[in-house]
Amino acid sequence: MVQLNMNRVAMALLIALAVVVVACGKKAPVTQPTAPPAATAPPARPATPPPPPQRVEESLPVPEQPLREDTIGNKSLDDVNRASPFTPSFFALDSAELDNAGRAIVAANAEIMKKYPTWVVTVEGHCDERGTAEYNLALGERRAVAVKTYLIALGVAPDRLRAVSYGKEFPFDAGHTDTAWSMNRRAHFVITSR
Amino acid sequence: MKRFAFGVGGWVLGIVLAGLSAAALTAQQPSEIQLVISGEPGTPPRYAVPDFIALTPDSADMAKTLGRVLWDDLNFEREFYMVPRDTYATIPLARTPEDVPFAAWRELGADAVVFGTVQKTDANTVRVQIRLFNVRSRQSVFAKEYTGSSANPRLYAHTMSDEIHQQQRALRGVARTKLTFSSDRNREKIAGPVDNRDVKEIYIADYDGENQRRVTTNRQLNIMPVWSPDARSIAYTSYRRGYPDIFIALIYQGLQETPTNGVGQNWLPVFSPDGTRICFTSNRDGNPELYVMDRDGSGVRRVTNNPAIDTTPTWSPNGTQIAFTSDRPGQPQIYIVGADGLNLRRITTMDSYADRPTWAPAPFNEIAYAARTGPGFDIKVFDLASGTTRQITFGEGSNESPAFSPNGRHLVFTSTRANDRVQVFTMGRDGRNVKQITRDANNYTPGWSN
Repeated sequence: MVQLNMNRVAMALLIALAVVVVACGKKAPVTQPTAPPAATAPPARPATPPPPPQRVEESLPVPEQPLREDTIGNKSLDDVNRASPFTPSFFALDSAELDNAGRAIVAANAEIMKKYPTWVVTVEGHCDERGTAEYNLALGERRAVAVKTYLIALGVAPDRLRAVSYGKEFPFDAGHTDTAWSMNRRAHFVITSR
Repeated sequence: MKRFAFGVGGWVLGIVLAGLSAAALTAQQPSEIQLVISGEPGTPPRYAVPDFIALTPDSADMAKTLGRVLWDDLNFEREFYMVPRDTYATIPLARTPEDVPFAAWRELGADAVVFGTVQKTDANTVRVQIRLFNVRSRQSVFAKEYTGSSANPRLYAHTMSDEIHQQQRALRGVARTKLTFSSDRNREKIAGPVDNRDVKEIYIADYDGENQRRVTTNRQLNIMPVWSPDARSIAYTSYRRGYPDIFIALIYQGLQETPTNGVGQNWLPVFSPDGTRICFTSNRDGNPELYVMDRDGSGVRRVTNNPAIDTTPTWSPNGTQIAFTSDRPGQPQIYIVGADGLNLRRITTMDSYADRPTWAPAPFNEIAYAARTGPGFDIKVFDLASGTTRQITFGEGSNESPAFSPNGRHLVFTSTRANDRVQVFTMGRDGRNVKQITRDANNYTPGWSN
């Protein structure tokens, strides 16, 4: 379970990085070239002299914070949610407790909410298909409220948050495997206004 | 066996107008007869239902439909042995009640045989007549005439079946009852910030799965419908405002009510047996608790008060108690509490997970529910008098969301047994005679009307 969560966090970080790079690519402003913080880049670089293709790579824009905010600011609400800056947090079977990995994700999401103080966010509680449809509405509610409560503890204003349970109505992964179920037991963050 | 002094001879007239039946009984030529048709000792009576006779050429299709549907309806309650229709080929067709070949029917082993006619009286109306004959005595024990719309001939068969069950077995049939359920069959996606979320709308169907029709059209998430006791309204949970709330569809008027007046989030409504109150789950005080309100939303009373989850209510037949699901022991279990919030007791103790209690109507003193029995769920029934539990599905798919028929002899439920999808099925209260009701896409959380 811990292994799974670590992988998930790593994957979430990679996806977030990819989103940032892609988002910045659209703007393509002329800024001071700096190498992107790629994990695989340093060992390869000292061995060979920089050929022309590498120069193209170096001219990619820097993922600066102001640029990123502008990019999000220019998108529609639906597009922002499609490439959401938020990461879902996940739960154990029949549980609404945030574990360490879940708290770390919610804390990162809280930082984003503080960066965009006008955003109003719905925290959706979701369940996997192994519970009943009826009881899962209450379990999803408990998950959403657990995340909302932690966000408030981290300093997010309560009036910017709504907790809504969707039970097992909207699985993220329609499969019937352990992996699918673990992806479906989640709190999903949706920006409803900004 | 009861004996009735009852007159027969002329047609007993009944009138069916716009789907509503009003029966008027008139007696002529009094004579002493055995009204109830019995079978051989120790066996149920054997019924034969051939095609009806089309008295006008344009009613030929209806004549076939009436025979077939009436046979199915009479078969559903398992009170009669229904002689298979494909064995009737050798029996000469009777054009009038006087021509019924009783000797041939007797040879086939039938104790009772139906003779029916249908004719179109104008473009949109029909006249349907039926007689039920005792094959041994050759006497008509049930005779009726119905006139009305030709739009839904099945309704005439359903009405006859219910009336025959009432007369022959003192049994309230369910042939005119309806089901409701939630379905994603339109394969639409909900518009909004998150992609790939299926629209679910509320549907209704006849008890046998025919005439499936959509009730809601809001292209949102609409789930967990239940019928009002007068079978004219459906209460359900809808997310059309972005959070779960209770809506009531007055299906024959095209109107909608929102009784909770915007207080909190509310879900899983159930009407009290007299239709005056609704019990539901709400988070208005911070976590899921049960509340009761009057049908119009006034007079809200809190029923449960516990930091655990309390949800999924169902009323006792006399409206004084509520069974529900609570996870106060750590896992969801079934409890009973007075509608006033007093006298709480737990009834499930052997299941790791139990939900969706549904209280059977009288005279059955029992509660059906879904219990985790492995990777999925099965339907179990708790007998309140003896405290014993019986299981009625056995791991054929995952089986959830049971609801009783109004006569308590059947349940509707969902199962994944047919394919990878969730479908609605009915079965007897003993778990036998499972019948698939829906086939298209997924269909969830059914309810059964009075």
